[in-house]
Amino acid sequence: MADQKDGNDRKTTVLEDLKGLKEVVKVKTQEQVEELKKPQETQLYRSIFRIKHDEEPRNRALSTLNNLFFHIHPAKVNRDATRYGYTWGLGGITFYLFIVLVFTGVMLMFYYHPTKVQAFRDILYLENDVPFGRLLRNMHRWAAHLMVMAVWLHMFRVFMSGSYKRPREFNWCVGVLLMVLTLLLSFTGYLLPDDQLGFWAVTVGTNMARATPLLGHQGPFGPQLGMTPYNDVRFALLGGSIVDANALLRAYIWHCIAIPLIASVFMGVHFWRVRKDGGISGPSPVMLESEAKN
Amino acid sequence: MFGDWHQLWVIISTPDNIPIVAMLGLVPFFTWFAFHNMLANDRLIAQLEADPQLARTHHRTTYPYNSRWERELHTNPFLMRKELLAAIIITIILMVWALTLNAPLEEPANASVTMNPAKAPWYFLGLQEMLEYFDPWIAGVLVPTLIIIGLMAIPYIDANPLGNGYYTYHQRRHAVWTFLIGFEAIWLVLVCIGTFIRGPGFMWYWPTQTWDPDRVEFNVNRNLDQILGINGSWISHILPTAWRPEAAIIARALWGIIPMVVYGVLAALFIHWICKRSAYSRKIYSKMSIIQTVTMYIFLITMLFVPVTIFLRLVFRIKYIWETPWFSI
Ligand code: HEM
Repeated sequence: MADQKDGNDRKTTVLEDLKGLKEVVKVKTQEQVEELKKPQETQLYRSIFRIKHDEEPRNRALSTLNNLFFHIHPAKVNRDATRYGYTWGLGGITFYLFIVLVFTGVMLMFYYHPTKVQAFRDILYLENDVPFGRLLRNMHRWAAHLMVMAVWLHMFRVFMSGSYKRPREFNWCVGVLLMVLTLLLSFTGYLLPDDQLGFWAVTVGTNMARATPLLGHQGPFGPQLGMTPYNDVRFALLGGSIVDANALLRAYIWHCIAIPLIASVFMGVHFWRVRKDGGISGPSPVMLESEAKN
Repeated sequence: MFGDWHQLWVIISTPDNIPIVAMLGLVPFFTWFAFHNMLANDRLIAQLEADPQLARTHHRTTYPYNSRWERELHTNPFLMRKELLAAIIITIILMVWALTLNAPLEEPANASVTMNPAKAPWYFLGLQEMLEYFDPWIAGVLVPTLIIIGLMAIPYIDANPLGNGYYTYHQRRHAVWTFLIGFEAIWLVLVCIGTFIRGPGFMWYWPTQTWDPDRVEFNVNRNLDQILGINGSWISHILPTAWRPEAAIIARALWGIIPMVVYGVLAALFIHWICKRSAYSRKIYSKMSIIQTVTMYIFLITMLFVPVTIFLRLVFRIKYIWETPWFSI
């Protein structure tokens, strides 16, 4: 090719360029194909992942540590701790369900208005007209139930494996709060379809608040402290003396913003503490009675 | 009335009841699984206790072991691929569930049409069931608060250093039993009663008994003091004249303290007896501080009070044990 012989210092004419084009495209295409055969060498891949994907111990470790989402994990774990038989995978499943709920929940929010006029119709709209709307609502509903089940079973396994013992006492307490938040999340969501089921469940639930000692107008020492149906703790929960528009709005804010935020913070603490307390508690070597210290 | 299998099917197949039906299988399974792991470890422990030489060299788990194996595995891929698998399985379960069963939607909310029965979601039915036996401030406020505090107190009152991070029954009998009683025998059983037994009017319907919205139940529950005929006649003699009209109330309030104290003492003695049964547990319990011991007793006595009250109500139809003008238990 003419320009190659002469080096790049000679200006080529457009006509010459066009003549050489066929050859250039062929060579460049071949180069491109070779490059695509090793996607991990591409600039694009490297800019995203930063480390090679291979079985080098160093790279395996870095693939966990250098990734925002994976670095909640340690680089290495006790070989027996990866067994389903020990953790039953339930903490992770609970967290996964939470993510599913956030995802489906945000999608539902695109269609839902927390008002007495619209709420129930929005659900009907979701069920009958929105593409995959019914599936979306079903998934959100059943994932919520599954999460409650998973939290309880996770607590059960943590107890049965003695994982709340030193140094994990505090993380157990964080867990208890997470369980309460999970139940509250589920409960506040119950009202949102604004149907009979949610209305009466929340009525029954919040009626108990009337009887709060000191703070409820029917609770012990409540009336003596000046509690009435219009200023007690139930009024604060419902934004009124009956379950109505304000209660719907409050449930919505708690359900979609406040509790998810609080729960996320506590989950962050929970995972942080799992790591700081030395990772998963076991399966640790069994101890004998004669070896019990303290 | 009885033998109405359709009624039972209606209850079981109510979409919102599916979770507790599933729990009916899952909880026994995981209980079995926990015990399966526990007893495997316990056999190993017994073996090591019997053979000190082996105890020195053994790797001390029931899992396969080879001294040449790495003790730790890379998270990626050995843990992450399992997490991915778990996520996929859960997604499939959720998808199948969401495709086959629709989330319930009733009529629009209407304050003038009462739902009968008006039930909380299944996970709160334990508390709603408790409303049948206790005043609302106890069932709805005190009990949940005590459950939360009690759960959080567990790591701080359990002074047993054994069984930390491995399943064992023999080294933690008391802890295991306490949790099984509290979580399964009380909490989940109450949830199940609330789900499967309570029908219209939150009345008691045996499984396969037809729900009848028109059923009327005669309230035959009586207070313990009524059964024993406490009416204050004897106390009015020693009261100042101005208080005499209130004699019956005062007598009841004072008298009610007696059964409460008797229960407390009996329960405490029972717990004490359990605590002292083995040499190892004597050692553990003697190391606990006063605050630990007192907290443990208070929570255990309170927890056991729930089934006792329920038993008294369901079998002897006793409403209140201790009645005062401010609160009744
Ligand atoms: C939203 C709820 C919760 C989430 C997302 C969550 C998540 C997790 C995860 C991912 C782990 C790692 C080990 C595993 O998968 O088992 C874990 C461990 C732990 N969780 Fe939770 N958890 C929750 C609720 C609870 C509850 C209710 C308790 C107890 C009352 C609890 C107590 C603990 C403790 C003590 C550990 C450390 C266990 C060990 O080291 O073996 N968590 N949690």
